[in-house]
Amino acid sequence: MFSGLTTNDKRLFIGFTIAALAMPLLAWPVGANYPDLLQKFAIYGIFAIGFNILFGLTGYLSFGHAAFLGVGSYAAVWMFKGVTMNVIPAVIFGVLVAGMFSAVIGFISLRRSGIYFSILTLAFAQMSYNLAYSVLTPITNGETGLQLRQDDARVLDRLFVDRAEGLPSTNLFGLEMSGYPGFYFCCVLLIIAFFISLRIQRSPFGMMLRAIKTNQVRMNYTGFNTRPYALTAFIISGMYAGLAGSLLAVTDPLAGAERMQWTASGEVVLMTILGGAGTLIGPILGAGLIKYFENIFSSYNDIMLSESFSFLPDFLNDTLVFVIGPFVGEGWSLLLGIVFMAIVIFLPGGLMEGLTRIHAWYRRRGSGGTPTAGSASSSQAAE
Amino acid sequence: MTSFDDSKTRGLTRRGVLKAGTALGAGAVITPSFFVRNAWAEEFRNNPGNASSVKFGFNVPQTGAYADEGADELRAYKLAVKHINGEGDGGMMNTMQPLALKGDGILGKKVEYVTGDTQTKSDAARASAKRMIEKDGVIMYSGGSSSGVAIAQQSLAQEMGVIFMNGLTHSNDTTGKDKRRYGFRHFFNAYMSGAALGPVLKETMGTDRRAYHLTADYTWGWTQEESIKNTTEALGWQTVNAVKTPLGAGDFSQYITPVLNSGADVLILNHYGKDMINSLTQAVQFGLRDKQVNGKDFQIIVPLYSRLMAQGAGENIKGIYGTTNWNWSLTDAGSQAFVKSFGQEYGFPPSQAAHTCYVQTILYADACARAGTFYPPEVIKALEDFEFDGMGNGKTLYRGADHQCFKDVLVVRGNENPTSQFDLLEVVKQVPASQVTYDPSIFGGELGPYKV
Repeated sequence: MFSGLTTNDKRLFIGFTIAALAMPLLAWPVGANYPDLLQKFAIYGIFAIGFNILFGLTGYLSFGHAAFLGVGSYAAVWMFKGVTMNVIPAVIFGVLVAGMFSAVIGFISLRRSGIYFSILTLAFAQMSYNLAYSVLTPITNGETGLQLRQDDARVLDRLFVDRAEGLPSTNLFGLEMSGYPGFYFCCVLLIIAFFISLRIQRSPFGMMLRAIKTNQVRMNYTGFNTRPYALTAFIISGMYAGLAGSLLAVTDPLAGAERMQWTASGEVVLMTILGGAGTLIGPILGAGLIKYFENIFSSYNDIMLSESFSFLPDFLNDTLVFVIGPFVGEGWSLLLGIVFMAIVIFLPGGLMEGLTRIHAWYRRRGSGGTPTAGSASSSQAAE
Repeated sequence: MTSFDDSKTRGLTRRGVLKAGTALGAGAVITPSFFVRNAWAEEFRNNPGNASSVKFGFNVPQTGAYADEGADELRAYKLAVKHINGEGDGGMMNTMQPLALKGDGILGKKVEYVTGDTQTKSDAARASAKRMIEKDGVIMYSGGSSSGVAIAQQSLAQEMGVIFMNGLTHSNDTTGKDKRRYGFRHFFNAYMSGAALGPVLKETMGTDRRAYHLTADYTWGWTQEESIKNTTEALGWQTVNAVKTPLGAGDFSQYITPVLNSGADVLILNHYGKDMINSLTQAVQFGLRDKQVNGKDFQIIVPLYSRLMAQGAGENIKGIYGTTNWNWSLTDAGSQAFVKSFGQEYGFPPSQAAHTCYVQTILYADACARAGTFYPPEVIKALEDFEFDGMGNGKTLYRGADHQCFKDVLVVRGNENPTSQFDLLEVVKQVPASQVTYDPSIFGGELGPYKV
């Protein structure tokens, strides 16, 4: 399983596994340790890892990845409605459907590159959104969203148990998938997703993808047909999105068209760039940061602000609330925008570049000036 | 020597890594204790126990097509919490009959609240509600303005075992096929709108009309279209066409142009919030109301009306018929007490959305006081088939079979000569509850279990 990986990679993977499993503890100091947000961290982490395989490695910027997320959600909910409330078939089905869907869209979109590719994917995503929103209402239930019903078929479940009172909940062979068990299920899949992404990045296939990003023309001249590689990367990342989408349905059996909206596609681009495109850990950090902003800062209001500054004299308190007020609550995206600009301008490599710089600075200070060794190993860590 | 130095630095880091690893490992071992924290949910989720306060969650749209309604709902919630805690003048707690609350919070516990933004999206609303339940530990949450969102939150309530008091939601599905044991609705619904509107339409527009529907494309729009269609077709009207429009469309001109040449002489707008303001304004701008079709004056009907929308649509609202759950101009003691304390607090009269949210909060608090506990199954039983008066709609029944309130419905018309900027709706008829009551079995659905 670990053959061909360097010691550094193994350490990175083990460190990541431990950190992911201990996420409830790590998130505790910032008030993010409740199951719903932790689940979102893991799920959008998977989404961002997948997006990074396409964007970070090949440089193809897809603006339509939310479509695969939505398709995965719908597929999983249909599995819950039609076959069983067990999550395994739903997740597999969600990933497969998203994979097939991305194969079709990728096959067409990858005929162009650069901005044309981005616009094509955006157009496809917007088409899927509109289809889900109004045209395919019998399949998607439109704006109301696809939900479980008492009278759903659930063929497989019916064989074993009688219809119980109330809606059934999603489960993993009896273990209910809400709250912390749901989080750990997502977390295990996040770790697997991370491992696969690590293996891809270290493989010859990953090298090909990087070569596409660096100079596709030269690749073509040397006799490589780059399109199959790019298409494979596109499908893999579509499947990651489908996995994330089906996990959203696992933790909360409901699928809505708004998951496919262009804002959702833009969000994953932000996550990846914020964390550091092309790095292994970066996209996950970016996903966590954005979800944290969305859920925690949007819940702040002026009263809570003035409470938290209540130790200050009144006029200072009022000024601070007046200044900070517009950036929290419904203005949380304003704050996110500022953070995003700051990061893109001062740390073009995203959060990972920030961490690398801190690490290098710490190394220099700690060892009294051996910058060469420090920067060499830290650039390794940034991968 | 350099290599020696090198290995030393590396050794140091390795130890650092090990240290950090041990710390994290220890964390992973402690993690299962987080399961234990849910273990006290065995009794029930977010049990306040011996705490001196309980928390409510108010989840309203603060952005999007229903933001105006959401802002007014939030004002009402804050006022209700004040009154329950014994601050302010008490509002409708002075008029409600019977009343178990004493003005010292609920069962001696002060009420606190947290707020959230639903963005009028099911996903966002559920994420926000989950934050309230899992992080803030709310004992009840409430909110509304979109039936799709309300239904999504209501089914979450059943899963989580935390009671959800619906705010403004008008779809038949909320207490029909999507009803839940843990969800309650005080607001009226599309069926009642149709039943109340029917006789008035017959009187003013006759029995030979051709109607054209524009319908917001989600659960509320669908059920309202269905209910109004049933009513008007029973009167003898024909339905020319029914077109679905996306929620939050903004520009409705592409949907209104075809109305002009359709041969219809009545336009029914199954829209709400900013959508209704836009579609009505555009319909008037297109000259629909000055038209004569089939030898009759062209008419527009807005089945679900609110003063906030009337304010937004301005002049265009004059003479247009619709229904509403409550209006601030009512003269009964409850309405007057509520309008007075809301006006003192914020400087303008409350909307029907504010009214229903205020009433729902008081009703929940009162049910806890009557049940003598916050244990949801007992609180639910206290609310089911509860009869009360003095909350602005006359005698009201919270029907146990579908958790729907039955009370008088107002048929209103846009005021031709408003006396103030708030005096926009004129009450044409107060339809008694008996005329809008229906058999709960017609919509199907199942409430589900008390204990989850």
